Amino acid sequence: MDPTSAWGMVWRGIAALITLAIFSFLWRDNPVYKFIERLWVGVVTGYWTMLLYYTSFTDKVRVPIFEEGQWWYIFPSLLGVLMWFRLSKKYGYVSRYALAFYIGISTGVFIPLTIKTSILYQVQGTIRAIDPTWTGIMFGIAFLGILCSLSYFFFSKEHTGVLGVSSKIGIYTLMIGFGAGFGLTVMGRVALLVQRVIFLRDYGIDLLGGGL
Amino acid sequence: MAWYDRLLAVDRRWIYLILAVAVVIPAIWTMHIPVSLSSEVENVFERVSGIQDGKIMFLAIDYDPSTMAELSPMAEAILRQVFRQNGRVVLSSLSQFGPAMTDEIMTRIAGEMGKVSGEDYVFLGYKPYPAITILAMGTDFRVPFPTDYYGDRVDDHPMMAGVHNFDDVEFVLSLAGGNAADMWIVYGNAKYGVPLALGVTGVMATDYYPYLQSGQLFGLLPGIKGAAEYEQLNESPGDGLRGIPYQTTSHAVVLVFIVLTNIAFFAKRSAQRKHGMQAGLS
Amino acid sequence: MKRQLPIILVFICGITMVIQFFVPHEYSEDLFQYANDFVIVIGILALPVGIYSLMTQTVRKARREPKERLYSLATIAGFLVMIIAGSRREWFTGATSLSSNMFNYVLVPAQATLFSMLAFYIASAAYRAFRARTLLAALLLLTAFVVMLRMIPLPEPLSTWNNDVVRWILEVPNMAAKRAIIIGVGLGAVTYSIKIVLGIERSYMGGD
Repeated sequence: MDPTSAWGMVWRGIAALITLAIFSFLWRDNPVYKFIERLWVGVVTGYWTMLLYYTSFTDKVRVPIFEEGQWWYIFPSLLGVLMWFRLSKKYGYVSRYALAFYIGISTGVFIPLTIKTSILYQVQGTIRAIDPTWTGIMFGIAFLGILCSLSYFFFSKEHTGVLGVSSKIGIYTLMIGFGAGFGLTVMGRVALLVQRVIFLRDYGIDLLGGGL
Repeated sequence: MAWYDRLLAVDRRWIYLILAVAVVIPAIWTMHIPVSLSSEVENVFERVSGIQDGKIMFLAIDYDPSTMAELSPMAEAILRQVFRQNGRVVLSSLSQFGPAMTDEIMTRIAGEMGKVSGEDYVFLGYKPYPAITILAMGTDFRVPFPTDYYGDRVDDHPMMAGVHNFDDVEFVLSLAGGNAADMWIVYGNAKYGVPLALGVTGVMATDYYPYLQSGQLFGLLPGIKGAAEYEQLNESPGDGLRGIPYQTTSHAVVLVFIVLTNIAFFAKRSAQRKHGMQAGLS
Repeated sequence: MKRQLPIILVFICGITMVIQFFVPHEYSEDLFQYANDFVIVIGILALPVGIYSLMTQTVRKARREPKERLYSLATIAGFLVMIIAGSRREWFTGATSLSSNMFNYVLVPAQATLFSMLAFYIASAAYRAFRARTLLAALLLLTAFVVMLRMIPLPEPLSTWNNDVVRWILEVPNMAAKRAIIIGVGLGAVTYSIKIVLGIERSYMGGD
């Protein structure tokens, strides 16, 4: 749809009103905001229901079993149906059998891959020969920072002596990390606001410029 | 009430108003703010530059409307670049509100550049549970996606002949506004060794530098600045570069807030100390 | 049966998938592919439970709480409109259909604006809570200040210096801090997962 056509402008007008209604919460909570928020919940749920139906249920359940005769899809489908017993107080335990398959398989896949990603690769990236160059020195500092930060999370021994010093350096390193995170968070949050401002401005220009 | 007390007790709505004014200024006055380039963005740009003449990349659009402001400019710039180079792209969307947005961006840009679904791009669509979907795609894209987003069989697309899994694409670039980024690292890169780059929101960006250093990621587009840098490298100004002046004015306001509040805080503390000393003397 | 069978199933599936990871055989890969497909289908059929729960609660609220009635009706109306508007696939994916317009001009602006308000909250937080009370707080504040300064056009050579300092912060201390967190979280997650597979951690089963 051409956004400057009559229908385009009407829909964009609705979007602009929704934007302003939600911003009204900044002044204080009000019925208009509450109404739009709850409408959004309904729209989101409706959209997701249909998305799941077309892209997931149709693809993986309806077509394979009823149109292509891939009968083995009946087993996981029946297990999936068992999950609905969660809604029953009396037979809620039946859903655990399906959940057990889901959790067992996903946990079994997760364990070796997480060891590889979050531990082995990270340790591999940390331990390197330190040469007397700028990069090497920076690497040494990073190595020290990682070691000290890890020692901050070690609670099996009181943080005194060498562990006290290293955990102190660790918390300083962590604070720098969190500070950098805050700096970029401001950028991220502002970007979201800017997009809404640009949307309202463009709509205003089109409206005044005779979009309708 | 002392000046510092008044400053420290300002109503939050004044803060909101000042920020709102700061964000509106660039909407009225056009400004040009230069953007410095970083190596992690340049690495992504170079790899995407290699997607030429029929080569295929995998673009995972894993964000939803709440983070589209930062990530959509990246998606647009990358798609335009790939199509300009006659490259091809396989897309998926593992965020529940991503598919319709992906469809909108994809069809709009493909329409502008005369590209055809099935020949120049294939949009696989959405499946819930990103971890499991990525694992399944590693064996064959057809396992989680027997049909594409529009309900057409993936095998019916000429572009997908001989394209089965991550081994058949040059690399994966995930534009993620949530934990899909971690899923791609754990289940895409660690399991299948697929070369991976991420485009993430500003909030998430600092978390991915360890993966960059360890070589698990070959590049990173951090937030709106990453998008702006990419557009600058690509010489195609879009919403990323357009957003930088707004960032400048609002960052200036936040910085002034921090300075002001700290001046007031220290003034109050020093007054309290002085008062305490005088009280102690008397 | 109510508790023992799920624990046994989790153990068998978990151990099988861990072993599968280390066996690069054709049968092992087939098993992996089937297991993935299995989990996707279970997951797909589990999701309607959440949707059903939300909608029944909303309907109950609409019936019983007069003050909430209008808002609950808004949720129900939004839900029904999206179901009807997307009741045919070509309507659901069509570029100019009611479903697409509802998505682009109701869902997208509402969600984007809800999250955009965080900009105001973070500005307010910067004003109210960002104070150099201690050395640690000062360090956090100073780092955030330097990183944010990158978005302000400074005269040369200040701009280059600032960029270099931010690069260093991101690649050295930030990288070190985040890596320590990744390793720590990784160790914790693996331990927790092993406890699940071994049947020590059972909270996923719920009560009773």
